Amino acid sequence: MLKLALAKLPELCALMQKEAELLVPAKNKAGKVDYKAYAEGVEICLNEKTSRSAKDAFFPQVENLLKFKSEGKNLSLEQILPPDHATILFGVKACDARSFKLLDKVFLSNPVDSYYKARRENCLIIGLGCAEPEETCFCATFGIDATNPEADINTWVVGEELYWAPVSEKGKALTEKLSAIFVEADDKAVKEQGEATKNILSMLPLANFKIADKISAKELVTFNSKVWGDLSATCLSCCTCTYVCPTCHCYDIRDYKTDDNTTERFRCWDSCMASDFTKMAHGNPRKTKLERFRQRYMHKLVYFPENNGEYACVGCGRCLEKCPANLNIVKVAKALEVSDDV
Amino acid sequence: MCNCGDTLIPQIGVITDICTETPDVKTFRVEAIGGGKLFEHMPGQCAILSMPGKGEAIFSITSSPTNQKYMEFSIKRCGSITDLLHFDVEVGQQIAVRGPYGNHFPVEDKLQGKDVLFIAGGIGLAPMRSVINYMLDKRDDYGSIDIVYGARSKEDFVRYDELTNVWPSQKDTHVHLTIDRPQEGWDGNVGFVPNFLKDLKFTPDKTVLLCGPPIMIKLCLAALIEMGFTKTQVYTTLELKMKCGVGKCGRCNIGKKYVCKDGPVFTCDQIDEMPNEY
Repeated sequence: MLKLALAKLPELCALMQKEAELLVPAKNKAGKVDYKAYAEGVEICLNEKTSRSAKDAFFPQVENLLKFKSEGKNLSLEQILPPDHATILFGVKACDARSFKLLDKVFLSNPVDSYYKARRENCLIIGLGCAEPEETCFCATFGIDATNPEADINTWVVGEELYWAPVSEKGKALTEKLSAIFVEADDKAVKEQGEATKNILSMLPLANFKIADKISAKELVTFNSKVWGDLSATCLSCCTCTYVCPTCHCYDIRDYKTDDNTTERFRCWDSCMASDFTKMAHGNPRKTKLERFRQRYMHKLVYFPENNGEYACVGCGRCLEKCPANLNIVKVAKALEVSDDV
Repeated sequence: MCNCGDTLIPQIGVITDICTETPDVKTFRVEAIGGGKLFEHMPGQCAILSMPGKGEAIFSITSSPTNQKYMEFSIKRCGSITDLLHFDVEVGQQIAVRGPYGNHFPVEDKLQGKDVLFIAGGIGLAPMRSVINYMLDKRDDYGSIDIVYGARSKEDFVRYDELTNVWPSQKDTHVHLTIDRPQEGWDGNVGFVPNFLKDLKFTPDKTVLLCGPPIMIKLCLAALIEMGFTKTQVYTTLELKMKCGVGKCGRCNIGKKYVCKDGPVFTCDQIDEMPNEY
């Protein structure tokens, strides 16, 4: 275990910036905390959960894929390659760190998504142990240890100090390069903080929340349950839940004409809650809000587990915080659990 | 051209022939620049065509893999991309294509040696044609071939010449055509495909490949069950909105199955296990 005074954080960041592009949680223009590229003067915010998840680091909201040029009947294309520079993602909470493993199951399964893979492989993840879990948190439901993110290096803020423990080979190599800034420390303070965090977690409203096994047991039974009508009635189809969710991975591919002869093709986040998501020339298999709402939760609670053996949720609580209609995965799972037709 | 290997990046080909099949269906022939096919495929697989500026759409490959020279796509005009294909594309136009995507009809194993009954409605012949021509090119590997094909009118049959002259002249191959309403100059069957099937009195020892509009698939399946067929004998191919083609963009799932990756070919008993959302 190593440590340094929090006051030296800018110095540490400056050193890390020499090694790679550094992404840190910091206040955005709206006063919310989100990841952004570190530069001198950026105020790092380690005590709040970022309002968006950390998935942007590997699956950005928008990214260009290629450029078409047409000349008469001729067409040429130039691929816009994924970035190949190293990045460091600093301050990742345990819930977001787990979400990367779930996204890996989608983007790194065959055929591999080379854009995601390039970003993922070039990134070193520095986790941050949770000290102030919130009322909306339920990562323990998925066996996640909030005090120990699955990362290359783990850190903890205790008092006025940042504790630092390399985990992977990649993490050890970076630590080696930065070693002059740290002093040796014992892990007593971190252990105490871990106990305190677990104590808080045990008293939070969702401490004992579990997803009932019966929900994923029979796809068609859950699909046909009567609960979906009531649950979806107040959904505004705003898609906020999708965009803040660390495990939502739906995307669209669209073209944008930059001039008469040039088209850029980009990929951007999309949401299965959007009414035109599955709309085709000859019809729409998910015409109603009920069907779209059901799709999102069936995916997280039934289809994804059937295909990958795990729920597509990490208990980060963002959908509980952000939904304007107070809908969320906990409410859905509880309704299904008590429903007599599931 | 790109050699990056990412599945989302297409290759550039060229349209070498456009055949107007019906008032709203054209068949586009696509070759690599310099000749030959852009990639190999199996019968029933799909490819994604680009209309730069408008976007991409997925289509079944209607030509047989045994065709060494080119790929063909029979495309009905019904949306924004197909509109552009019909009105803006001429022979010699270069086009971006990626694929192949999805599974295929089991021509190499389960269908070998079987008597096969093809049932198609409208543009539903497009994916079937790939299988039919594949089987005719490897004729001895399969038993009898029956093709039941329904269209709105005589003018709506895709590849009428192939239907009436080429296919019926092949060994043990029978084509049964029907149109929705009586029409001058038509002395063949009139009526919808499900009833026509019953009139033709097929014995339930055949393996069925079925493709058409969803309502036709449902009614034909009911007719087949009535005739003694089981759902495990009936293969069909589905179509939903798709973007990536590889089961990641989250658009074409029916339950846990992604039509682009786990399909588009399913047996009807597999479809029974899926939520009714297609």
